[in-house]
Amino acid sequence: MTATSTELARKLSAAVEKMPAFPKSVQRVLEITRDINCQPKELVMVIEKDPVMTMKLLRILNSAYYSFPTPITSVNQSVVYLGINTIKNMALSFAAVGVLPPTNAAGFDIQRYLMHSLTTASLARMLCQKFGADDTDPTDCYIAGLLHDFGKVVFAQFMPVEFKEALAMSEEQATSLHAAEQKVIGADHSLVGAMLVEKWQFPKLLTETIRHHHGAILPGNTLQSCLFMADQISKKLSMGNSGNLVVEELPPALVNRFGGDMDDIIAQLGDLTGMVNEAQSFTKGSKELMA
Amino acid sequence: MKIKFWGVRGSIPSPGPKTVRYGGNTTCIEIRTGNNELIILDGGTGIFPLSQTLLKELPVTANIFNTHSHWDHIQGLPFFIPIFIPGNKVRLHGSFDPISGEGVERVIAIQLQYSYFPVREVEMKSRFEYVNVMPNEAVTVGSATVTPVLLNHPVINLGYRIECNGKSVFFTGDHEPHTNIYNPDEDGYAEYQSLIDVQRQSIENAIKGVDVLIADSAYTIEEYPAKKGWGHGTFDSCIQLAQAAGAKILYCTHHEPTRSDDALEKVFAEALARHPGAEGKLDIRLAREGEEIVI
Repeated sequence: MTATSTELARKLSAAVEKMPAFPKSVQRVLEITRDINCQPKELVMVIEKDPVMTMKLLRILNSAYYSFPTPITSVNQSVVYLGINTIKNMALSFAAVGVLPPTNAAGFDIQRYLMHSLTTASLARMLCQKFGADDTDPTDCYIAGLLHDFGKVVFAQFMPVEFKEALAMSEEQATSLHAAEQKVIGADHSLVGAMLVEKWQFPKLLTETIRHHHGAILPGNTLQSCLFMADQISKKLSMGNSGNLVVEELPPALVNRFGGDMDDIIAQLGDLTGMVNEAQSFTKGSKELMA
Repeated sequence: MKIKFWGVRGSIPSPGPKTVRYGGNTTCIEIRTGNNELIILDGGTGIFPLSQTLLKELPVTANIFNTHSHWDHIQGLPFFIPIFIPGNKVRLHGSFDPISGEGVERVIAIQLQYSYFPVREVEMKSRFEYVNVMPNEAVTVGSATVTPVLLNHPVINLGYRIECNGKSVFFTGDHEPHTNIYNPDEDGYAEYQSLIDVQRQSIENAIKGVDVLIADSAYTIEEYPAKKGWGHGTFDSCIQLAQAAGAKILYCTHHEPTRSDDALEKVFAEALARHPGAEGKLDIRLAREGEEIVI
C-alpha cells in the first residue's frame, strides 16, 4: 500500500466508525410490517427490545399533544391507547430514517436520497418476486436497495468538502457520481457503503452486493442483478435523486437474465404509482422525525 | 338538546333502492343546544344536505367535531356550503396526528389540493378556524361542553361527550373494543389485560349515564372475527357498552355499506334477541338518516 492509499484507508474507516449503529430491530420492523396481518405482539416485542425506538415512541406520545391521564411508560400501553396501526406506522417512520443525519455540510439532499433508496428497495423486491429463479429472499433485495447508497451518507457527513466537489463534477460533466468520487476522493460510495454494512454485521452476501453494485454484473447472482436493475429503473423513472442521474447501460447478460431491455421490464412491473406514493409519504414523514 | 342524523352509513356512501329507509350518506350528526348553538359531529357526505338547510339562517357559527380523519368522516367537508359564504364562522375540531406530526388542519389542506378540489383553502370566504383538541380536555361551545375521549381505531379516533342543560349525548365515531394481543398462556397477557381493563373503565366512565349513546355497530358477531383489528364494533359490543355505562338510549350506527335495509333490520332484531335483559332499561334503536329526537 502506498502512503496515499494508507492515508485514504485510514480516513475512510474513521468516517465509517463515526456512523451510528443500524439496529437489528429496524430490519425486523421492516420485515414484520410487510405483512398487513402482522401479529401486534411481535411488533411490540421488537420495539421493546430497542431502547432508542421505544424512547422515541414514548417521547412523542407523552408530548404535549396528548393529555393522557397517566404518562405512557410501555409499548404495550401505547398500543392500548393508540392502536397497533398507529404504532406500526410510527415505528416504520423511525425505521426508515433512524440513522440518517438531518443535515450535512455537502448539501446532499437527504430527502431525495431517501426517496431513491426506498424506491430502489421496493423495485428490487418486486424484481426478485417476479424474476427470481432461485431461493433469494425478496426481503434481502429490499434491504440491499435500502442500503446500497449509504456510502454517500458517510461521505456527506464526514467528508463533505470532497463529496460536494464530486457531486458538482458529476452534474457538470454528466459523468456518473461513483466515477467522480474516484477522481476526487480516490474511492467511491460502494466501497464505503460496504464497509459500513460490514460494521453493522449484515450478511456477507449483502456486503459484497453493495461493494459491487457499480461493478461487473454476475447474472447468476439474483441479489446483485435485482439491485442493479432496480437502481437503474429508479433513476430512469426519476424516482428521487441520489446525486447520480446517469442511467447505466444494461449488460447483455442481464438482458438475457430478465428476458428483455429496461422498458420491457418496466412494462412488466405494471403500475408503480402506489409504490411511489408510499415511498413519498414515508420520505415526507421522515422530515419531521429527523428534526 | 336536539339530535338529527344526516348520515349513518360507514365506509362509503351507499345510495340505491336497498338503502332508502336508513339512508346512504356517510357519518354526520347535527346537534342543537337549547340556545340553538350548532354542533356537527363529523363531515361525512351527510353534511352536504345539512349545509343546505343552514342557508336560511345565515350567518351561522358551525362547530364541527371530527372524530378521525378517515374518508367517510371527512368527505363532505369541502361541500359544507357555509365555508364559501362571507360572514359565517366555521370551527373544525379534531386530533393531532402522531404519524404526520400535524393537526386537524391537515385534513382540509389535503382535501383542498388543486387536483382534488377546484377551490383552494385560501379562497374559503368564511372565517375558518382549526382547534386541535386533547383527550379528556373539555371544550366549551356556547352553553354546551364537549369532552373528547380517546377510543380504539386504526387511526387516532376521538369520541365526544356533549353536555348541555343537564342533558348529554356521546358519539363514538369509529370504535372497536380493545382485545388482548397475547394468548392467555403467554407472558404479556396479564399485563396487557390490566392495561385494557383500565382503558375500558375510563371509556365507560366517560360515557356514564348519558341520555343518548350513538355507537359504531358496523358488524354482526358472526362477521366480526374476519374483521378483527379493523377498528369497528358489533351490535352486541355496543349494547354491552351502553349497559355498562348506564346509557338510556342507544343508537346503532355506521351501517355496513353492503347491508340493505331489510338485512339491517334482520341482524338488528337478532342482536336484540340475544340481549333480553336490556328490555325496559335500555332503549336500543337503529340510527336512520333524517331521524330527529329531542332530549
